Amino acid sequence: MEKAIEVKSLKKSFRDTEVLKGVDFEVEKGSILALLGSNGAGKTTVVNILSTLLAPDGGSASVCGFDVITQPEKVRENISLTGQFAAVDGILTGRENLIFIAKLRGIKNFAQTAEDMLKRFGLSDAANKRVGNYSGGMVRRLDIAMSLVGSPAVIFLDEPTTGLDPEGRLEVWKTVKDLANSGVTILLTTQYLEEAEQLADRIAILHSGNIIANGTLEELQKLFPPAKVEYIEKQPTLEDIFLSIIGKKEEK
Amino acid sequence: MKNTTGVLFGRLMKHILRSPDTIITVALMPIAMMLMFVYVFGGAVKLSLAGNVNYVNYQLPGILLMAVASGIAYTAMRLFMDSQQGLFARFHSMPIKRSSVLWSHVLTSLISNMLTIVIIFIIALVMGFRSSAGILAWLAVSGILVLFTLALTWVAVIPGITGKTMEGATGFSYPLIFLPFLSSAFVPTETMPKVIRVFAENQPVTSIVDSIRSLLNSEPVGNDIFIALAWCAGIIIIAYIFAMRAYKRRI
Repeated sequence: MEKAIEVKSLKKSFRDTEVLKGVDFEVEKGSILALLGSNGAGKTTVVNILSTLLAPDGGSASVCGFDVITQPEKVRENISLTGQFAAVDGILTGRENLIFIAKLRGIKNFAQTAEDMLKRFGLSDAANKRVGNYSGGMVRRLDIAMSLVGSPAVIFLDEPTTGLDPEGRLEVWKTVKDLANSGVTILLTTQYLEEAEQLADRIAILHSGNIIANGTLEELQKLFPPAKVEYIEKQPTLEDIFLSIIGKKEEK
Repeated sequence: MKNTTGVLFGRLMKHILRSPDTIITVALMPIAMMLMFVYVFGGAVKLSLAGNVNYVNYQLPGILLMAVASGIAYTAMRLFMDSQQGLFARFHSMPIKRSSVLWSHVLTSLISNMLTIVIIFIIALVMGFRSSAGILAWLAVSGILVLFTLALTWVAVIPGITGKTMEGATGFSYPLIFLPFLSSAFVPTETMPKVIRVFAENQPVTSIVDSIRSLLNSEPVGNDIFIALAWCAGIIIIAYIFAMRAYKRRI
């Protein structure tokens, strides 16, 4: 398989703190890798290096075959970053945000591009509302839509659901799953185990500066003793209850 | 690499048109000052000026500089917001010229400040401002105001990028707003005590104010205009170097 992202013994320190101590991983073209780790594990640092915002201290990293240090321009032409904080313009409307990014990317047919994205992400009704009035889930969807303008081959999603309510999270999950089917490569960082389980083809666990495990969910499960069969009473989680009550309300 | 300053500038101009307070609020304080100086202090100040001086004309240049000094606080604010919202990260991971992000802010600052200045000129006209200056003198006045705005804009870029809080990013403008008081902008410097007078006569606002005042009154400008231009150019160069350095570090 072709590799869309290759990272070899990547090192980065901030002052005296060694954040990445030699990180290695690869992402196959068209797949989703979840980089799992607790707060401060260095996930964002990895993403920032891969998206050419930050220079590593050692090691190498390439995206679509282009080195992030020596060919940053080529890398930028192939990637899109959806950072931890939604990078949308709250004063502009949803449509204007998309047109703005399309123009920045030099797309001639910017109006049509924006229209397609609005439809694809279910934002057509809110297209002419200022983004400052959007809900958290809508902002994230617009944020991801803006990242997809210009069809980048590789997408970095840095904690895309942090700070979202359960509904917003489900919206984003659905969006990411749809994306995966369209053939783009996604590097997703998250601190939620469930999110990695739901979305990723492979999961890499970043802990104190190193990748301590990397594999598919099945492979990771095999690292543990075989499952014991136990009978437990399955209570609905508060999330199940919350979502089903809201669902009923909306049906009325 | 595409140069996208135009697209980025268009976005920021939408911000200004949608929150016109950035122009109106900025104009209000200097206008209030102008009313106060002309109608409250003006009568007293006139006693220490030559008999035929039009005090609206006299104090207008200082008011204009004050407006620019408060207008650039918004430049710092817009930069601060962009860096906080993650928009910088988005732009910098795109195949566009990184410096165009900064230039779009500088251009926006220039345009919005010029709009404020036009508003103040109109109010001053109503209050009795009259000028005998010809086209060339007006062009020179515009040029000085543009250079002064650029100089303060590049100064504003530094806290806009490095500020950790909104207050930190915009607070630097207060001392700048008060600089015209310690200059020849509202009263002749001859009336000030020695220490303040030395400061007033050697700080940039005095030479800029004197140049604009002479140009608008069709009087000879003398050396003032060269001192004024040197101040503006010097501030632009130094602030630009520090702003660019801060910007590179921020990336």
